Amino acid sequence: MSLKPETLAQADAIIAQYPERRSATLPLLHLVQEDRGHIAPEDEAWIAEKVGVTPIQIREVVTFYPMFRLAPIGRRHIRVCRTLSCALRGSYALMESLEKSLNCPRGETSADGNFTLEFVECIADCGCGPVVQVDHALYENVTPEKAAAFSNQINNSLKDANYGKNKPQPGTPEWNG
Amino acid sequence: MSAVERPLIYANLRQPGYSIDLDCYLKHGGYEALKKAVAMKPEEVCKEVEISGLRGRGGAGFPTGMKWKFLDRKSGKPCYLVVNADESEPGTFKDRQIIYKDPHQMLEGIAITAWAIQAKQTFIYIRGEFQHGAKILQNAIAEAKAKGFLGQNILGSGYSCDVVVHRGGGCYVCGEETGLIESLEGKRGYPRIKPPYFPAVLGVYNCPTIVNNAETLAQVKQVLTLGGAEFAKIGIPGDSGTHIWGVSGLVKRPGLYEIEAGKATFGQLLYDFCGGPLDGRTFKAIIPGGSSTKILKFGERFKGKLPNGQEFDWALEDIPLDANSIAACGTGLGTGGTIVLDDSVEMIQALANLNAFYAHETCGQCTPCREGSLWLSRISKRVVAGGGRDEDVPMLLDIANQVAGRTICAHGEAVAWPVQSAVPKFKEEYLESIRRRQRGETVTAAQLI
Repeated sequence: MSLKPETLAQADAIIAQYPERRSATLPLLHLVQEDRGHIAPEDEAWIAEKVGVTPIQIREVVTFYPMFRLAPIGRRHIRVCRTLSCALRGSYALMESLEKSLNCPRGETSADGNFTLEFVECIADCGCGPVVQVDHALYENVTPEKAAAFSNQINNSLKDANYGKNKPQPGTPEWNG
Repeated sequence: MSAVERPLIYANLRQPGYSIDLDCYLKHGGYEALKKAVAMKPEEVCKEVEISGLRGRGGAGFPTGMKWKFLDRKSGKPCYLVVNADESEPGTFKDRQIIYKDPHQMLEGIAITAWAIQAKQTFIYIRGEFQHGAKILQNAIAEAKAKGFLGQNILGSGYSCDVVVHRGGGCYVCGEETGLIESLEGKRGYPRIKPPYFPAVLGVYNCPTIVNNAETLAQVKQVLTLGGAEFAKIGIPGDSGTHIWGVSGLVKRPGLYEIEAGKATFGQLLYDFCGGPLDGRTFKAIIPGGSSTKILKFGERFKGKLPNGQEFDWALEDIPLDANSIAACGTGLGTGGTIVLDDSVEMIQALANLNAFYAHETCGQCTPCREGSLWLSRISKRVVAGGGRDEDVPMLLDIANQVAGRTICAHGEAVAWPVQSAVPKFKEEYLESIRRRQRGETVTAAQLI
């Protein structure tokens, strides 16, 4: 599978923003990952050529930053904050609940390929813990008591043809994402 | 006397109906401070910021005006402004509000600062997870450029400065300014050694660079609006302006509270603003300024002398909310992100939670930090899992003592301080946690690791 033409078309404008093209490495990795869902070896080679380094120097970057991944993930990427503020508000109990209701162990992708469930470190919304990022949206105050309703919501989103396509409105999870 | 909020940075964004678009910002007096600034000489703008006494809001609290003075002007190289919007210190969630609800306030501060230091270009390094936040900023930049507030020939001054939004990759150490610079250059976020890599001399592309926190830039806008001398009257001598306290964890009303520096105490913050502890609980400890600052325990007495010579003898509740008072109690104001722990918390689990964070986030360059953070995490996890021994407690402290001060960047201190401050204060409780498990008793405290 190759990248979309519109993805490829954006690269040069991104690079042109920087005095040195290597600076475009992270932006290009985000660009590719948002298109393909992960970073493939051919993407690393393409970015390497674009920014003037070797592919191994791109791999070095990909493996350093937690947000980049070398393999595909589930259709919904569920990231539960586990750092102290959220933990104090119940993120561990929430995680246990989600593992059961989504039938997906933490750190893995469910057998049906629908969910990837992960603990992540602090995502800077500590006053509204526990917070959960689902793809592009950030959900606040997802207490363990809300786990069942929350996983239903994620499940239902699989059937939503407009998922991720609506313009974010202030104060919504899509806005805060 | 009861304390009140003094919203400065959050004054507009809290108003009902306030929106992120430029029209709304202009209706609220937006970009007037920039007009004032470009009518002044750059060095006069720097002087205003110096007079204001503004200290950086990223955690270290360094005087902003002084930082700008360190720029190497003799090299002849262009200089850059880098905005640290990585907001990665656990417990900190203040900059998110500015970015998502009032982006132009920060952009105006950027334009003023860029003019003051005559930056060739500005980069906003925003944490990768703020996907929509990055889009909000990009749209706001486009709006500002269209009106001549940013970009080419700003307000007809002849000065131009482009602003680029640069998303990070979810990495704590990229909040450290030299790690951030490496990351901005397209590399792993390995912090650089100082000297020689002081950003003001050898920053991004080895050019002189100013790295300022996102809120600091918004504060700069306020400085220009009020004038440096008026701004300095807010707060107390040595710590001017407002501090945004982000309270999280176990209080009734967690949230963000903007308070004039030194005009309230921790007691007022936690009881009056945050509504006190959850029902049936009592406060046990706070981590006052982000997870890396040293923990304070309720019931402790804090005695000593302030920089102005004043002697003090405070309970935790009495500590005034300003940088010098908090520092005098052996910890730091940091980012103002206060994490609150109550009597339901098993302290070894809270420590294990933070140890796991630092072990995950160490970049791995320096051996003491890479190995030390991992061992602290492993040992505290083993204790929680029931495999603890009494000697683990002094061992935690011993390891932490071998990390602090032995690393390229302050991640080493961030790894060590939670342990170094908590072990002496909660040693007995840690030992009890170990022994309770040895006796096979069930642990009822909520799981934190």
